[in-house]
Amino acid sequence: MFITPFTHHRPAGLHSVFDILAKYGDDAAVYAGGTELLLALKARVLRYEHLIDLKRVKELGGVRVENDFIGIGALATHYRIANDPVVLASIPEYASLSDGIANIRVRVAGTLAGNLSFAEPHSDPPALLAAMGATVQLVSADSERSVPVSEFIAGEFTTMREDNELISEVRVPVTQPNEAFRFRSFGHLERPAVNVAVGCKNDDGKTAFRIWLGAIGDHPIHAEKVETALRGVPRASLRDVLPAATEEFTSGLSATSDLHGSADYKRHLASVLMQRAVNEAAESASSKES
Amino acid sequence: MTEKQSLSFVLNGESREVSIDASELLVDVLREKCGMKGTKRSCDVEVCGACTVLADGLPISSCTTLAIDMDGRDVTTIEGLARNEKLSRVQQAFVDHAAMQCGFCTPGMVLATTALLETNEKPTDAEIRHFLRGNICRCTGYIKILEAVKSLV
Ligand SMILES: Cc1cc2nc3c(=O)[nH]c(=O)nc-3n(C[C@H](O)[C@H](O)[C@H](O)COP(=O)(O)OP(=O)(O)OC[C@H]3O[C@@H](n4cnc5c(N)ncnc54)[C@H](O)[C@@H]3O)c2cc1C
Ligand code: FES
Ligand code: FES
Repeated sequence: MFITPFTHHRPAGLHSVFDILAKYGDDAAVYAGGTELLLALKARVLRYEHLIDLKRVKELGGVRVENDFIGIGALATHYRIANDPVVLASIPEYASLSDGIANIRVRVAGTLAGNLSFAEPHSDPPALLAAMGATVQLVSADSERSVPVSEFIAGEFTTMREDNELISEVRVPVTQPNEAFRFRSFGHLERPAVNVAVGCKNDDGKTAFRIWLGAIGDHPIHAEKVETALRGVPRASLRDVLPAATEEFTSGLSATSDLHGSADYKRHLASVLMQRAVNEAAESASSKES
Repeated sequence: MTEKQSLSFVLNGESREVSIDASELLVDVLREKCGMKGTKRSCDVEVCGACTVLADGLPISSCTTLAIDMDGRDVTTIEGLARNEKLSRVQQAFVDHAAMQCGFCTPGMVLATTALLETNEKPTDAEIRHFLRGNICRCTGYIKILEAVKSLV
């Protein structure tokens, strides 16, 4: 397939990006890896007169460490994130998620910011980032704001980002010594059918879970009812409570039947993955305590 | 209309300058303007790996990469692996293990394997499978390919 001709821009700084966006409005789009955008242009689902390559924008660079969070710059690719020593040490479960995305070529070219901005529902990062309490930094020509990942994805291919804003960074809280995260994703196609992220925090033997589901709906889903059912349950008794809690929650989920599987299959998958991830996170958090 | 752009890059060790349109895809520029017909287009959606080339040593899908994005970068196609008529060690291993039938996936498989061994000298079986997961072969059943790769570890 061929792409309809466009004018290519390769700005070196954020200011120029905003100038070009202001000048051409809806006729212009930014891209980083192009792994989503170019597919849409080839399929003629989208069309732009102007494409702005972000890869040389100096402000959007790599991965940085702050006291309590890791800043993943908009140009960081999944491959870079998966292999970054700081990410591996400070948010290991997120590094492992990045290594499982798509195939090596998509990981080498595709960025986390591009994944979140595109908001294709069959995506891995949103559920775990929501469970970890990560935020998306949005910048425009004259402002900057922060939106929790849990609220950023509004629906299929829609986010809370305004047209004049870009993602500059994703901020992921450093995993604490008494915390553990587990991410489980399954699908038989390239992209996930269902995924589950679980965080377990161990405060002097009292455990609290954070549980998010991804890919099954058009935005990440907070499994609050399961969290509540598990609150204060000792680890040895988890098995008595967990299956009923996950089944009750997932049976009420709305899901669509599509190539990834039937709605019932997805609900079943969600329940099974959730039980496994909860058990693993609980085990890992308790071993950290001792 | 859009103007022609100049793409300056290193292709298989040689500096090249090619006049292209910004909307041209890398696979077409490599095949039609640089004569590198070993780069294949098949699925056209980043799934099969037939169009794999290495950009600064790492695999990308040339079917879904703008050629202009290779400006200033180092690109290797299957034609760039042999030196002085001598196959690279990965190519030789594929020959020795008969790791191909129709050969359509082979350039991508060999390039992906080359990148794997550059970044991880001694990959485990699981790491080999994980890295090559995105390269599809419809003929060999993968066993011969895995044997060829394992012979290099
Ligand atoms: C074959 C295949 C398999 C895949 N499998 C998986 C999978 O298993 N799990 C998974 O999670 N994902 C999967 N993906 C999706 C993949 O993660 C994304 O394609 C990739 O991360 C997109 O990043 P990019 O830099 O290439 O985005 P681009 O294509 O460059 O951009 C995508 C969109 O984001 C916008 N954008 C880019 N950067 C910014 C920014 N900084 N600010 C604002 N907007 C921006 C662009 O305008 C465009 O609309 C798969 C994709 C493919 C093609
Ligand atoms: S043709 Fe590019 S990945 Fe299949
Ligand atoms: S040898 Fe035919 S596709 Fe692999």
